[in-house]
Amino acid sequence: MATQTEPPPATDVWPTASRGSSRVRHSHHAPTVILGASAVLAAGVLGLSGWVDPVGAVALGWLTFAILSTALTATLRGRRAAKNNVATILVTSAFALAILPLASLMWVVIEHGAPAFNAHFFTYSMRSVVGAGGGIYHAIIGTLYVTAAAAVISVPIGLLSAVYLVEYGRGPMAKALTFLVDVMTGIPSIVAGLFAYALFVLFWGEGTRSGIAGAVALSLLMIPIVVRASEEMLKLVPHELREGAYALGVRKWRTVVQVVLRTAAPGIITGIMLAVARVVGETAPLLVTAGYTDSTNSDIFSRQMMTLPVFAYQSFKSPGVPPEPGYERAWGTALVLLIIVMVLNLIARLCTYFFAPKPNR
Amino acid sequence: MAKTIDVSDLDIYYGSFKAVEDVTLTMASRSVTALIGPSGCGKSSFLRSLNRMHEVIPGARVEGKVIMDGRGLYDVDVDPVLVRRDIGMVFQRPNPFPTMSIADNVLAGKRLNGKRMNRAEAAEIVERALVSANLWNEVKDRLRKPGASLSGGQQQRLCIARALAVEPQVLLMDEPCSALDPISTTAIEDLIHTLKERYTIVIVTHNMQQAARVSDTTAFFNLAGAGRPGHLIESGSTPKIFSTPDNPATEAYISGRFG
Repeated sequence: MATQTEPPPATDVWPTASRGSSRVRHSHHAPTVILGASAVLAAGVLGLSGWVDPVGAVALGWLTFAILSTALTATLRGRRAAKNNVATILVTSAFALAILPLASLMWVVIEHGAPAFNAHFFTYSMRSVVGAGGGIYHAIIGTLYVTAAAAVISVPIGLLSAVYLVEYGRGPMAKALTFLVDVMTGIPSIVAGLFAYALFVLFWGEGTRSGIAGAVALSLLMIPIVVRASEEMLKLVPHELREGAYALGVRKWRTVVQVVLRTAAPGIITGIMLAVARVVGETAPLLVTAGYTDSTNSDIFSRQMMTLPVFAYQSFKSPGVPPEPGYERAWGTALVLLIIVMVLNLIARLCTYFFAPKPNR
Repeated sequence: MAKTIDVSDLDIYYGSFKAVEDVTLTMASRSVTALIGPSGCGKSSFLRSLNRMHEVIPGARVEGKVIMDGRGLYDVDVDPVLVRRDIGMVFQRPNPFPTMSIADNVLAGKRLNGKRMNRAEAAEIVERALVSANLWNEVKDRLRKPGASLSGGQQQRLCIARALAVEPQVLLMDEPCSALDPISTTAIEDLIHTLKERYTIVIVTHNMQQAARVSDTTAFFNLAGAGRPGHLIESGSTPKIFSTPDNPATEAYISGRFG
């Protein structure tokens, strides 16, 4: 009387295409083929209508591809696959749209700025230059000094604030500080510039301009970024590591310095680099605080100091006679700024790569 | 060097919530005391209160007495940091410092406390601690490699070595094997057997067999219901608790009928 074990009734456990005539799988080349067909179709339509525009051609081709491939997927593989197709096309299009301005911006800046690059451009200031010739040496020096001074001011303040918020801050005081940091993140840069100017007027009188005033203005913009970035990194340090150190009888400040900060260091350095990259291109606050000059000034505590963004602005506003060399210098400066920002981002990446704790080997 | 810990009338609070109530228990030197009980019964809180680690959590406090070597751990003039140097702790999940090598992890307790050592001293401390933790043979050729490059079981023994390097009197272990595989668990249990010749060991475990295997004394904690404080139900020699416990709740828990 052994009960025979019946196999379960054969239900369709994995219902695939509920609609659609057959369950055909796309080959890997199918999208490419459809894309090619769409391109040919779009080109044909444009050729017949005599309307030639590369942007229009790409847009029309892409739209044709979207409609064609969705229709094809719907008939061959059913509704779910078609929905997947639509979603894939949507996110890909969004990505392309997002990357387009960036690529185009870089192309234009390189195209216009590269011709300005030569040894003279990087080693001479604009002192006594009218028309062609001259360079951005004074602006490079100014940007280096002002940005470095801004970093020297912001990094200790920002880092210590973050340590306070994550390791020590409790209650209303910490909440207030977090709120103020949020507000500071949104301060318009010109307001930071005017504040720094007003501050230095108190010491040195009306009309004062100096690199250090510019640095203070930039650090107002930089501190909240450093606080935020460091705070996030410190929060990522597992609580178990702190407990591990406490259980060894390590004092709290040593735990914070040698375990928590050491573990978060790569992320914090990355955050600082990105903060520097963020403020290095600020124009308005420097225009108000550091002013502009044609000569090299390496004393941040007195006299006007030229910086790269202000130089680019000035070269466009008053290019000189004839104007062409001025415009060229402006584009060249823009390219230099772009390169600096890219290099800073690259350094940030390298820091993460080399200093992050590696689990294996 | 091992010391006995006497706990009397201990209550543990988190803010206004009373987590553990009225515990009186003696943890004898050179022996293993196992704390067992269902989740939330306060055995981990109790363990952490033995080296004042629970104070790391804001609002946590205790009432009652914890006495080691004739001194109350909670006397006003006692520095909790120094208590932790005498009473080491190993956690549920291995937590080697990710930025440090194997050797530096062992030395962390000394170095982070600002002790200066020459190379020979440091090497001796590293070897002694790793030998005690039964890890030396496996890592002696790669002491400069990151601690995180070891397997989970090796990492846990590294954490034990790190705790031993501070030369504590007592070692507290909070479910030290619950994140490990059976082979690593056996390695740690063997280690506990050798360590109890020199240290007082208190271990929290959810594994009945483990408690029966490694401990000399077992203490059973339980709670009357969610949101109520945990109590020590009974404690005694491990063979007695596991064969003829006085309290029916202990027998029910050990035989697996609840919890």
